[in-house]
Amino acid sequence: MIKTDILIIGAGPCGLFTVFEAGLLKLKCHLVDVLPSPGGQLTEIYPKKPIYDIPGYPSVLAGELVDNLMEQIAPFKPGFTLGERAETIEKVDEKTYRLTTHRGTQIEAPVIAIAGGLGCFEPRKPPIEGLDQFEDKGVDYMVKDPEKFRDKKLLIAGGGDSALDWTIELAEIAKEITLIHRRTSFRGALDSIEKVVNLADSKKVNLITEAQAIGVKGNGVLKEVVIKQKERGEFAMEIDNFIPLFGLTPKLGPIADWGLNITKNAIDVNTLDYSTNVPGIYAIGDINNYEGKLKLILCGFHEATMMVQSAFKYIYPDQKLSFKYTTVSGVNGFEG
Amino acid sequence: MDNIINLTVLDREGKEHSLEAPTDMSMNLMEVCKSYELPVEGTCGGMALCASCHVYVQSEHELNEATEDEEDMLDQAFFVEDNSRLGCQIKMRESLEGLKVELAPQSE
Repeated sequence: MIKTDILIIGAGPCGLFTVFEAGLLKLKCHLVDVLPSPGGQLTEIYPKKPIYDIPGYPSVLAGELVDNLMEQIAPFKPGFTLGERAETIEKVDEKTYRLTTHRGTQIEAPVIAIAGGLGCFEPRKPPIEGLDQFEDKGVDYMVKDPEKFRDKKLLIAGGGDSALDWTIELAEIAKEITLIHRRTSFRGALDSIEKVVNLADSKKVNLITEAQAIGVKGNGVLKEVVIKQKERGEFAMEIDNFIPLFGLTPKLGPIADWGLNITKNAIDVNTLDYSTNVPGIYAIGDINNYEGKLKLILCGFHEATMMVQSAFKYIYPDQKLSFKYTTVSGVNGFEG
Repeated sequence: MDNIINLTVLDREGKEHSLEAPTDMSMNLMEVCKSYELPVEGTCGGMALCASCHVYVQSEHELNEATEDEEDMLDQAFFVEDNSRLGCQIKMRESLEGLKVELAPQSE
């Protein structure tokens, strides 16, 4: 069992900076994120995009900002549970929450700070009617174990790196493999594109472009996918497995079931300290909602700073909190 | 009026909305829709990194060509048609007077 002072859900910029501000108050933090590396949207969606509104940085790449934040919080030795989705919370006693991830990791803390941004990144599911009834019965949104697809007739949809890479890899073991894509050109690594084109030329991959999957048919398990192609029109294809690979999209996910007041996919907070309607649970950054809310990293940093002050008073109601400037004490005096 | 163009947006219930958009504030269609509180999310803030502002362009206006980033994002969107565009990539300018678009179905 991991124990900490502030359990932070979401290792984006706001969650990361919380570690720093909490560290100045000698509060320990542990971060949980569904993504395999820290940085949230900055790492997952736009690592190479410059950001211009971080004070003191005329321009900084999103990925660089994450690296810098990691360096800035390193002295406070935060714990990380990455690649795991925060699933449930329960109250163990008056001042202890226990969070369990989808992999079963458990973490206890008196305070939970939800810095979940847009939510958990999950595979984007094509809005094909009836698709959900075939999930795990012929429809997979990710490839966990390639062996599952040995000697099967596969249909992969998508035009990005994951669609290309899996087409290349699964072409080796599948009985038949078809890749469909909306356009004639692909994004993704040039090397991968060339490989797929070569596989198509040598008939190892059946490549159908300017096409989209529009329907699924089956009887308990998936049997056919209906494809609409620009010239050929609509036709059905018999397959064993359909693997749509359309990237990731954020969803609020299990947080929606934690008894928090939620408006339009965001958690309502008191702007005094960014507390939610549940004592000991705070929400900061893009995931919260209040009048005049601006979804800016800058504002998330401010919210994190105010929030840890309140969290300290919640954890230690009898202790006096003396505010210190880092310019006076550095960060070394705060460690440990 | 100077620096103002008129747009028509068809929402997902088929209702027509007449919008006025300034051309001198470097606004894009997603932002204009949001300012009218139309159901356009604009999740990524206009970086062509989500498809929540996906629209179908119904009028015959000459638009700026979709960049590779926009096409890449449309690859991950659904219900994509030949006239699909991301609203955030359509900059408001005078030649778009009378532009008519329809909001694409929400898919997430």
